[in-house]
Amino acid sequence: MNALPLLTLTIWLPIIGGLVVLASGDQEKTLSKWTALAFAVLTFVVSLGLWIGFDPTTAEMQFVERAPWIPTFNVEYFLGVDGLSMPLIVLTTFISIFVIIAGWEVIRYKPSQYMAAFLIMEGIMVGVFSALDAVLFYVFWEAMLIPMFIIIGVWGGPNRVYATIKFFIYTFLGSVFMLVALIYMYFQSGSFSILDFHALELGMTAQTLIFIAFFLAFAVKVPMFPVHTWLPDAHVEAPTGGSVILAAIMLKIGGYGFLRFSLPITPDASADLAWVIIALSLIAIVYIGFVALVQQDMKKLIAYSSIAHMGFVTLGFFIVFTIALNPSVTGGAVMGIEGGMVQMISHGFISGALFLCVGVLYDRVHSREIADYGGVINTMPWFGAFMVYFAMANAGLPGTSGFVGEFMVILATFKASFWWALLAATTLILAAAFTLWMVKRVVFGEVKNEKVAALADLDLRERINLGALAAVVLLFGLWPAPLVNVMHVTIENLVEQVGVCKLPEAERGECVLARPETVASVAR
Amino acid sequence: MTFDAANLLPILPEIAILVTASVVLILDLYLKDQDKGLNHSLTLLGLVIAIALTGLVGGGEAQVFFDGNLIRDAMTDLLRGAILIVSILTFVYARPWLQDRGMLVGEFYVLGLLAVLGMLIMVSANGFLTLYLGLELQALALYALVAFDRDSSKGAEAAMKYFVLGALGSGLLLYGVSMIYGATGSIEFAPVAAAVAEQGMSNKVLVFGIAFLVIGIGFKFGAVPFHMWVPDVYEGGPTPAVLILSSAPKIAAFALAVRMLVDGLHTLHPDWQGMLIILAVLSMGLGNLVAIAQSNIKRMLAYSTISHVGFIFLGLLAGSAQGYAAAMFYTIVYAVMSAGAFGILLILSRQGFDAERLEDLKGLNDRDSWYAAMMALIMFSMAGVPPTVGFMAKLLVLEAVVRIDMVWLALVAVFFSIIGAFYYLRVIKFIYFDKPAEDTPALVTSSGVRFAMSLNGLALLALGLFPAALLSVCQAAF
Repeated sequence: MNALPLLTLTIWLPIIGGLVVLASGDQEKTLSKWTALAFAVLTFVVSLGLWIGFDPTTAEMQFVERAPWIPTFNVEYFLGVDGLSMPLIVLTTFISIFVIIAGWEVIRYKPSQYMAAFLIMEGIMVGVFSALDAVLFYVFWEAMLIPMFIIIGVWGGPNRVYATIKFFIYTFLGSVFMLVALIYMYFQSGSFSILDFHALELGMTAQTLIFIAFFLAFAVKVPMFPVHTWLPDAHVEAPTGGSVILAAIMLKIGGYGFLRFSLPITPDASADLAWVIIALSLIAIVYIGFVALVQQDMKKLIAYSSIAHMGFVTLGFFIVFTIALNPSVTGGAVMGIEGGMVQMISHGFISGALFLCVGVLYDRVHSREIADYGGVINTMPWFGAFMVYFAMANAGLPGTSGFVGEFMVILATFKASFWWALLAATTLILAAAFTLWMVKRVVFGEVKNEKVAALADLDLRERINLGALAAVVLLFGLWPAPLVNVMHVTIENLVEQVGVCKLPEAERGECVLARPETVASVAR
Repeated sequence: MTFDAANLLPILPEIAILVTASVVLILDLYLKDQDKGLNHSLTLLGLVIAIALTGLVGGGEAQVFFDGNLIRDAMTDLLRGAILIVSILTFVYARPWLQDRGMLVGEFYVLGLLAVLGMLIMVSANGFLTLYLGLELQALALYALVAFDRDSSKGAEAAMKYFVLGALGSGLLLYGVSMIYGATGSIEFAPVAAAVAEQGMSNKVLVFGIAFLVIGIGFKFGAVPFHMWVPDVYEGGPTPAVLILSSAPKIAAFALAVRMLVDGLHTLHPDWQGMLIILAVLSMGLGNLVAIAQSNIKRMLAYSTISHVGFIFLGLLAGSAQGYAAAMFYTIVYAVMSAGAFGILLILSRQGFDAERLEDLKGLNDRDSWYAAMMALIMFSMAGVPPTVGFMAKLLVLEAVVRIDMVWLALVAVFFSIIGAFYYLRVIKFIYFDKPAEDTPALVTSSGVRFAMSLNGLALLALGLFPAALLSVCQAAF
């Protein structure tokens, strides 16, 4: 439908850019940095074309590109975006720019390899969001591990080897079972197209097993309690850019997977097991919130806060089943998923910005311990302002984008159960407690030691970096409509789809899901 | 038996290799020490000519010739090409090592070429006896190659182990062949297949014969529990010899398995399927688990081979054309990966120093980031991580297994491949995350080696991104 293959461009432009930067080597450091930045910005501009050309009134896949890849197995190079993936792609290309800028001065060891790794990573992540063929998706999904593995391992902290191998094995463990599930579905449907999977009728046993396989893959990525333990390690050891990408985008890929695979392919199993996910999400919100409270390390604290916030996302996604199954409730299903999506995007900005803030301090003092700081605002007023602002956003202050998503999810949860909503709402207190307490100890108070006294405030590069993110957080906080509009129709369609029982004729009697006609009324 | 064009034309590649081996053998006598490089060039020339001839005589309908002893079909063409190309890589990698140690002599090339000849005969065999002859020619040459460094006691020990166990394996195989002959009255595949189809399982001699054949195949592949020789030979043998025996012979062993089990005994598939399942699961399990404990990288790669053999058996035991094609794809890919991995070890070796421990890879990225990237590609490919071809190979094999409703076997396979990922990642850790030891000199390699290694590593990436061509060739063979 579009003359220019925008998705292919968005995927391959940064990858080619990465190879160019890699080939340029480290002789001309400035040149390779500017090349990397140019490619990142160019990719972002191209991806804006997706946003502009996107038609928000349809739930159909747009910008579709389809070509045979492995014809004997019906594997295709099949790309397309809808309201779920398009915003995430733009988020990816947007954040990648700041990651490149953040590594500008501080990466001294082989900077061209560093920049190249991030550019290649960017292309692969866009590929994950736009792939509509299961094998293609899986290839991107796994390929993502390689640059991240290298980034943490080469430019990470002292315990980086442990952290990066743990990260790789955890994610690999989750995803190989998904591969078996995908192959199984190929034999049921005769093609690897994800859209064909959506239309597939599956028996309850098959659905449950497939759901578990997907759950392993996506829950590790999100990450959900209790498979979250790789995240604090990976975050702490990763260089600033790596943490930003991890928190802002990689975690979202898990959430995206739930929406693209688990919900539409196995709705009956999802409905059956939704309580597990909801319980795990609530544990993540409350328990991990308390864990975050006692962290001594700033990065670890933000990592735990990410887990808690992602708990909100999965809660929003799976609360839809409770609402759909309860005939007395009228509305809220769409709001739950929409809230989860808004939360993902906004968390991408906020957590990315917070990791950048910690990176700013770390570059100067080389410590992430909260105890090593105090009274930073006296020497770094610009920084203090940004840090406080992002912390407020992280705590869900109205007027920032952090508030919008949380509010929508809590509202939707209220429709399902008052007590769940009450538990979920504790995050407003907990998140405020752990972030603001950290800010109090780091930013405010007396100047703690001579290192803090010697701090230099943000330079122009850092100010641009944080300022741009702050503007976006404020924009979507005050005016979330453009974001919500883009995804609304797609999510409505998704909710209708997951309301339809997909069991084969013989097992129809066991359908727990409401019929399409009733779901249509719930969805409004 | 008549020696006319119809019989001789299809074996031109074999003839070319034999001629090259003879020429090198004689010419070497007249070469001065500083001219020994000519052996190398001649060998490569012979291999290239053989590849060209393979292309020339290949294609078209299957031909049976030499009174039904040899065959040339789509599988022969493909495997011949793969064996010859991989052999070229191995000879290119081996040269600097040999030169540094004053071992750049004709014998190495003659033995290597005879091994290649044996492999080519194996892939063109149309009867049990021809297959066995090819196997022995290949095996004897390889035994000698392992003992090639005659001053190395470790090498001699490895060669002795290899020889004794290899002979045992060959003996068992031959015993199985004799039983099959007794039961069916033929040593050619087609009459055997016809006779087996008629008798079915009623003939117990036939069942025993299959058991011995599978054991023999297990020995030649190095599948658990017939794997004992693999780690010792890999560790003890000189690296160039290990490079040769770890790569192309796997392709020939695949031909051995397919010709015997599929061409000859396909109707007994349910019988040998069960045996292969046991071998496959044990190989994947033991190979991957024990590889973790190794600190010698040659030994680690030996156990990694064992685990890959398990995957190849998965494709074979599926018993479908898809499965055989998947196994063939896997075998060829494995040979290329293995050649690359040992090639890197040879590149890291220098005069008086053999790269054998994992630590020897430390800081390769600082020493030469191109070779580091190639080794990383090889390791990720062995671990089965996309976008490298190792993933595609695993995907195809898993697909074949799921197709016959053995999802549990696919789950076992992916489970062990997670364990396997760990030790491949550890290699990458040494390459990228560690600093090189203080006293390591800069890497010096010839442009030929660099070119071959680049080709080798990038092929893994290119085949992973565009697997369709190789796959369709593999599928056309069945």
